Amino acid sequence: MMPEKEMISIEGLTKSFGELQVLKGVDLTIAESEVVCLVGASGSGKSTLLRCLNFLEKKDGGIIRFEGKEIDPKKDDLNKVREKVGMVFQHFNLFPHKTVLENIIEAPIMVKKVPKQQAIQEARELLRKVDLEDKADVYPNKLSGGQKQRVAIARALAMKPDIMLFDEATSALDPELVGEVLKTMRELAEEGMTMVVVTHEMNFAREVADTVVLLHDGNIVEKASAEQFFTAPQETRTQEFLQKTVLN
Amino acid sequence: MNEIAHFFEAFGSSSNLLVKAMLLTLELTVVSILIGIVIGLFFALLKLSRFRVLTLIADVYIYLIRGTPLIVQIFILYFGLSGLFLIPDFWAASLALAFHNGAYIAETFRGSIQSIDKGQMEGARSLGMKPSLAMRRIILPQALRRALPPLGNQFIIGLKDSSLAAFISMNELFNVATTLGSNNFDEMTYLLIAALYYLILVGILTLLIRMFERRMAVSER
Repeated sequence: MMPEKEMISIEGLTKSFGELQVLKGVDLTIAESEVVCLVGASGSGKSTLLRCLNFLEKKDGGIIRFEGKEIDPKKDDLNKVREKVGMVFQHFNLFPHKTVLENIIEAPIMVKKVPKQQAIQEARELLRKVDLEDKADVYPNKLSGGQKQRVAIARALAMKPDIMLFDEATSALDPELVGEVLKTMRELAEEGMTMVVVTHEMNFAREVADTVVLLHDGNIVEKASAEQFFTAPQETRTQEFLQKTVLN
Repeated sequence: MNEIAHFFEAFGSSSNLLVKAMLLTLELTVVSILIGIVIGLFFALLKLSRFRVLTLIADVYIYLIRGTPLIVQIFILYFGLSGLFLIPDFWAASLALAFHNGAYIAETFRGSIQSIDKGQMEGARSLGMKPSLAMRRIILPQALRRALPPLGNQFIIGLKDSSLAAFISMNELFNVATTLGSNNFDEMTYLLIAALYYLILVGILTLLIRMFERRMAVSER
């Protein structure tokens, strides 16, 4: 179904916060254009795993390869890696002192040295894509949660990343605003963007993900195609998890 | 009635000298606050650095300044520095006031930088921005805005503190007023006049600060 070119692979990833080991040796490979949903209870390590992928969280052990090349946080320029890895946060993290347009063009201009006129033009195209053309000149505090998150997605896309990470992108939203953000994410997936999505939205995982990964207590319990994950889960823990989350 | 008439007569006849002195007071204050802001920002960043040595340097500076009276600092700088270099009185006074203001402003900036949500730095870093770029473009503009009210406060404190420059014979407001008082054998009248000048200055400053804060708040909308 998809070209099996490897985008990110991790091997034996471990991470502790003080005494607490949050990731206990995780292996995972993500192919180009693959959409992977990470699911699991809070505290299972799914957000930490995602944050390790763009080195916002420093791993303790294990190997992370990006497009086939091992990334060594001590030697490699992590800023260069992050340029290629877009991230969308639960709480948006838009810059409140900048307008929507300024939020989007900031990094392309300051980091990638894109000429300003070109950056503005690309930003407007992205705003059209997330349906917010008319909001270019307003400040984030004038937007609804759903609009903020779509701006955040546009801001990440402005760096033309090879992969997008979503960290519970809809968890802070009012229920009636979740749909518009999921729609944007779905369109992105359909365009072939590689995506790793930490989510509690099982319907989204079921419909959009190629692969669903269940984490529990710092380990991967089950990794399967979305179809198999939801219709014929192999592990008892997955069955229990689905019973708790999907049925209500 | 007589006293009030006398007060205004003295106020009028001394206004030539006192307005000039007031301008020097204002000059000392503005120069020392502006330099103090630069010093304060520098030491706030040192204090937030992940290098222990730099944090320690900032701690020592802030401790020394906050731990000693301003008048002692002024004398040390005045007699100490003018022994080593030829430094004009104005600059001895301005620098002493600036280093003094700087210590308090450093703490103000440190607090306001730390008050910015962690997600702002993460958002900036996730876009490939280096820590220094993220600090300059994302964190500081928000932190400085948040520091405006305490900065305004420090401005007013600095204005009144500048009266201590009288003790190294700067002809600022307090010095000229007390000299006039003793020359005319009428200390109380001239002290009251000096107080009035300070009140007018602080009143104007308070209004300006309020206007400035309101303007900055509007641009965030």
